Amino acid sequence: MTATGARLRVDPIACDGRGLCAEVLPELITLDDWGFPIIRDADVPPGLWPGAAEAVRLCPLLALRLDRPGPRRPSGSGRA
Amino acid sequence: MNAVDSDQRGTDGVPILRAGRLPRLLPRRLPGGPASWAEHLARYGAPPSAGWDERRWDPLIAEAGRSGLTGRGGARFPTVRKLRAVAAGRDAPVVIANGTEGEPASAKDKVLLAREPHLVLDGAVLAAHLVGARQAFVVVHEAVRESVDAAAAERRRARSDRIRLKIRTGADRFVAGEASALINWVGNGVPLPTATPPRVSEQGLDGYPTLVQNVETLAHLALIGRYGAEWFRSLGTPAEPGSMLVTLTGAVHRPGVYETEIGRPVHEVLALAGGAAAPLGALLIGGYFGTWADPEAAGPLPFSAGGLSAVGASPGAGLVAALPADSCGLAETARVARYLAGESAGQCGPCVFGLGAIAGALEDLATGRSFRPGLLGRWMGQVDGRGACHHPDGAVRMIRSALRVFSAEIDRHARGWCGGSRPAGVLPVPSRILR
Repeated sequence: MTATGARLRVDPIACDGRGLCAEVLPELITLDDWGFPIIRDADVPPGLWPGAAEAVRLCPLLALRLDRPGPRRPSGSGRA
Repeated sequence: MNAVDSDQRGTDGVPILRAGRLPRLLPRRLPGGPASWAEHLARYGAPPSAGWDERRWDPLIAEAGRSGLTGRGGARFPTVRKLRAVAAGRDAPVVIANGTEGEPASAKDKVLLAREPHLVLDGAVLAAHLVGARQAFVVVHEAVRESVDAAAAERRRARSDRIRLKIRTGADRFVAGEASALINWVGNGVPLPTATPPRVSEQGLDGYPTLVQNVETLAHLALIGRYGAEWFRSLGTPAEPGSMLVTLTGAVHRPGVYETEIGRPVHEVLALAGGAAAPLGALLIGGYFGTWADPEAAGPLPFSAGGLSAVGASPGAGLVAALPADSCGLAETARVARYLAGESAGQCGPCVFGLGAIAGALEDLATGRSFRPGLLGRWMGQVDGRGACHHPDGAVRMIRSALRVFSAEIDRHARGWCGGSRPAGVLPVPSRILR
């Protein structure tokens, strides 16, 4: 897969499992056994950027976002 | 005053704990209440923040780095990296000492706060100075709130600190100790994790850079501030220096909290509690997010992250639960899995539905109703790494190790037998069911 640096990310707290994203972008999003989206752990290739943008736009809970290449953001935090 | 054990005094008459010797955090003393401010000073000397010399803070951060101190709450993250990250923040930072200890089988933070509250408060005050904070929240389990309040009052009377200490009682939930949940609790009264990023070291309590440190970590920091990195490294291994508190529970002669040098063989750690009280079937190492291990395989290994990696385990928060051979590990695992499913914050779908489904499959396995290894594996794969916090990951880690270590028991259950001949319940699981 092309290394575009563009990534789809879901906010698991906001997500309610409506499933529209998986219908719009089955290439990158599947649903688990309870209907919550599993995002493929890979960059979004340029050809799928329009579809990814559409999936982000359609999410009724604003739980999906497309991170484009830019300044690196740290992530993750655990117990002290 | 209770006996101050085994210590020497420096040329200025200040007590110094001897290098290479235990105990450090839990002095042997007569049963009774927490160490008073006077007893604390007599044993350890003045707090490292005494004198308030700002020029000392940067060298002390470097000293914390040389000490190799890592977080004692379970994640074992290098303390100096958190100190530096928070100190670098542009806004006024905040310190939160994490003494919530939501792990039902663990007691080390409660025992430390009940016996040596001042050591933790010394560390919270020092950490606040090091990162440039003016206040430190100390969030503790309800059981020890009184002794911590009393210690904080003694310090106010003695005017010992320039940092404002604010004592809070933690929420009684397993996830309450997760860093973002702790901040959410202190700031908003909601004990639920929040989505990351940003990191709490960048934007935590009320948006300010926040240092969240386990209370035992802060106690070690208070000693490093007094006696230095070299003293700290006189115990432990070069890669994992120092001592740590452990909670030893299950089939040992004297269950309780003990202090051990990091890297001692697991069977020597168990010997602190008088050793095994029955033939052992398995050890749960680290906590409820930890790893089941075969006692024969784990016994000789050093109790350290490096040593225990040979059985896929880590010291975690210092729990070792000894499961007697006549207990059913699958039943114990199913009970803990059900408990952890119930302790989900209820925010992320895969955790809410997935952990419940996994617990159900484990209960079917434990009762001999059915075993669906494919489905169980599929669900664990669908839950692992899919929450806002690491709650589902930790649960899956523990359950996967159970399926490895109890494989012979799984075979027995598949044929309708069970190796356990006593009721399950070696591992405590608080019930939230009304009676």
